[in-house]
Amino acid sequence: MATEVMQSAEPRTNYLNAGHTVKSWLLTLDHKRIGLLYLFSISAFFFIGGIYATLIRLELVTPQGDLMTAETYNKVFTMHGVIMIFFFLIPSIPAVLGNFLLPLMLGAKDVAFPRLNLLSWYVFIVGGGMFMLTMINGGIDTGWTFYPPYSSIYSNTQVTLAGVSIFITGFSSILTGLNFMVTIHTMRAPGMTWFRLPLFVWAHYATSLIQILGTPVVAITVLALGFERTLQIGIFDPKLGGDPVLFQHMFWFYSHPAVYIMIIPSMGVVSELIANMTRKRVFGYHFVAFSSLAIAVFGFLVWGHHMFTSSQSMYAGLVFSLITYAVAIPSAIKTFNWTATIYKGSVSFDTPMIYALAFLGLFTIGGMTGLFLAAMGLDVHLHDTYFVVAHFHYVMVGGAIIGYLGGLHFWWPKITGKMYPEIWGRISAAIVFLGFNLTFFPQFVVGYLGMPRRYHSYVPEFQVLHILSSAGASILALGFLMPVFYFAWSIKYGKPAGANPWGAVGLEWQTPSPPPTENFTYQPVITTEAYEFEHVEEIKNAGKAEALQTA
Amino acid sequence: MAEHATHVPGLAHHFVSMEQQKEAGTLGMWIFLLTELMFFGGLFLAYTIYRTTYPEGFLYGSHLLNVPLGGTNTVVLIVSSLTMAMAVYYSQLGEKKKLIFFLLVTLALCFVFLIIKYFEYMSKIHDHLFPAFGTYHPSTTGPHGIPLELQQPVRVFLWIYFLMTGLHALHMIVGAGILITLIYMAQKGRFTKQYNSPVEISGLYWHFVDIVWIFLFPLLYLTGFHVSGAGH
Amino acid sequence: MAEHSSEHHIVPLKYYFGVFGLLMVLTAVTVLVASFDLEHIWGPLNIIVAMTVAVIKATAVVLIFMHVRWSSKLTQVIIISGLFWLLILLVMGVTDYMARTGWPTKLGQ
Repeated sequence: MATEVMQSAEPRTNYLNAGHTVKSWLLTLDHKRIGLLYLFSISAFFFIGGIYATLIRLELVTPQGDLMTAETYNKVFTMHGVIMIFFFLIPSIPAVLGNFLLPLMLGAKDVAFPRLNLLSWYVFIVGGGMFMLTMINGGIDTGWTFYPPYSSIYSNTQVTLAGVSIFITGFSSILTGLNFMVTIHTMRAPGMTWFRLPLFVWAHYATSLIQILGTPVVAITVLALGFERTLQIGIFDPKLGGDPVLFQHMFWFYSHPAVYIMIIPSMGVVSELIANMTRKRVFGYHFVAFSSLAIAVFGFLVWGHHMFTSSQSMYAGLVFSLITYAVAIPSAIKTFNWTATIYKGSVSFDTPMIYALAFLGLFTIGGMTGLFLAAMGLDVHLHDTYFVVAHFHYVMVGGAIIGYLGGLHFWWPKITGKMYPEIWGRISAAIVFLGFNLTFFPQFVVGYLGMPRRYHSYVPEFQVLHILSSAGASILALGFLMPVFYFAWSIKYGKPAGANPWGAVGLEWQTPSPPPTENFTYQPVITTEAYEFEHVEEIKNAGKAEALQTA
Repeated sequence: MAEHATHVPGLAHHFVSMEQQKEAGTLGMWIFLLTELMFFGGLFLAYTIYRTTYPEGFLYGSHLLNVPLGGTNTVVLIVSSLTMAMAVYYSQLGEKKKLIFFLLVTLALCFVFLIIKYFEYMSKIHDHLFPAFGTYHPSTTGPHGIPLELQQPVRVFLWIYFLMTGLHALHMIVGAGILITLIYMAQKGRFTKQYNSPVEISGLYWHFVDIVWIFLFPLLYLTGFHVSGAGH
Repeated sequence: MAEHSSEHHIVPLKYYFGVFGLLMVLTAVTVLVASFDLEHIWGPLNIIVAMTVAVIKATAVVLIFMHVRWSSKLTQVIIISGLFWLLILLVMGVTDYMARTGWPTKLGQ
């Protein structure tokens, strides 16, 4: 009550109304504004990628390749993959929610290198712009994996331009990771020890590790591919003494850990959602924290499981297969701990929790089917079928995007200061969940039956399953579109959120919504563990009292 | 912003203390160097695999490189590392003149390295050994040309040579840009005994580039050094 | 904590000159050793010696020129983890090739 009175008396300065010019946004060094710049950019890419997904599903409604030629179809699924992976999923949670929340959660005024942070957005825009140029010039048709020798010698599409754009975008990712890592190490508020950090921060630390150590390897790989294409030097060309499998090694050294860049931040979000929505400390905090790091480390040791059917040695394959099973352990630790957290919690079924529950189920299915694929013998049958497509969409959409949406709903009041309409949030979450399962579950079946990925026509027996999948995709699209409208609506008409609408713990909830430019009006000092719900009232009151004093 | 009455020169507003700012800067550079390490790491993997696949090609190809010039460049880089370390030393003491002097010497050595590298590249291209654009004509190299069965493996060696040293030279050029910026800042009197972390951090980058060359020199130039009569 | 020792520690010049001398000597050593055919003794001996010398040189640069001897534990951990990740890339990459039947292949086969 008190805060609302204060707000109506004099409009508080916050990061949103600190400047209204375009320049004040494009040259901002405020991590919160940069987070929003990313939000708009990646949302645009998400919907462009979504258009390509729509085209894929439309083509696959009928067994004949009648909507587009095989060549066009190749381009469509490649563009879908590249845009969704490099321009949406990899930046999604770290660059939007991470940028916005990390300094708030640490009790810092900003990230360690604000200029570098802004630079990373510009680098992303340049990379993204170049990829748009690729799109206008006819796109690429190599698949998002760019395997040579097809990509280096035979493809007549814009591989070099696309490669350069991914090379550039990679640096944006590296800069974000570097910034986060230094921020977590050096910018923690007094009293914020490592084991008082929210699990969201731990997850971002693990993610940064992968971004820093993995991304440069893919950078040199696409650089080499670019040279290969333009100069014909034969790095990966068997005719000239090169080895195309070397490309796969170098590519997957990054691109396997890259799937953890997409999923670990989402796990961090889910930890926050479950703790705050069940009002319980996350069960096994230390295990959940360290399992993020374990996934990051193990994630670098398993890349060969993408190459079971290449000329990779079967002995190396055995090792990679075995370690892949090991990655399941930290993932399972997380899932079990989240489940245990919910047990006997005071569970709220607001939109963020619905997304968190959806994540639990869908990620479990996605992860378990990953183990099927890690079995070398079974992978020979399932490799490059729709089973693989379904598996990684369960992890990437059912895990990463669901977590991203849940987080966006949870922190939307903090970002804008307004509540989104709860009822619409729940409806859209339910639609996303239903649409998602209808889209991708049939793909497990059709893949197991032998439908290969990346084909634009198929045998008529598969049509029913494909129609189910396409029908699901249209429902899913509706579910993804709805938040755009009610989020936009809420900015103008949503009811004021107040500092802490969820009664959540965490430093970010102790500052007003939207937060002031330097995040806190007082220097936060941390005296309790993360997720101490017993103390939530006194912390809240103490924070308010100090905020009032200094204001 | 107006509250910062006690503004320390060089301290950004979002840091609490100079110490915190310096720690962040140094840590940031080290993490960046990790990135660089992995960036070169991909090429070292390619080197290892192709060298094991084509040992004879690598021995022969290594013989085509000019060891005296490569050795000179090694010495040039080591000296430049020393002068860079001394620049850092004098920046810590706050001695502006000596700082600028050693930065200038480092910059000069950087250019010496790049000029020598340029002549090395030119001689390779002149000998038709550049493995791209269809300019690779190994039969015209030396009095007898490269033996037919080795032409392909030597080509593999040569592109690895050009890619690795080219990437290294690119880092030298970036380093030159950093040095010029530092000299400009030092000239303006921006560095003091308290605030010198840009010099220290750039020093880390410079030494890293030196370390890469410490590995490139034996791997590329000295691999076939013990084999007599393989080259021209 | 070791963190504070790095802040205002100025490394005496004699350390720099010492490392410089070591690097010059080791450069001479590596060229000298490379001119002998050690492969008669054992196949990979030449490369092993060359790499050992290079590692010693790099370590000297890292410890003294880059002040890591006086740096915080964190910096040291970062360097070690970087090397560990480089090893993952090299070792696991090369393992595949070494475990393949018929490798190294000859050209044209």
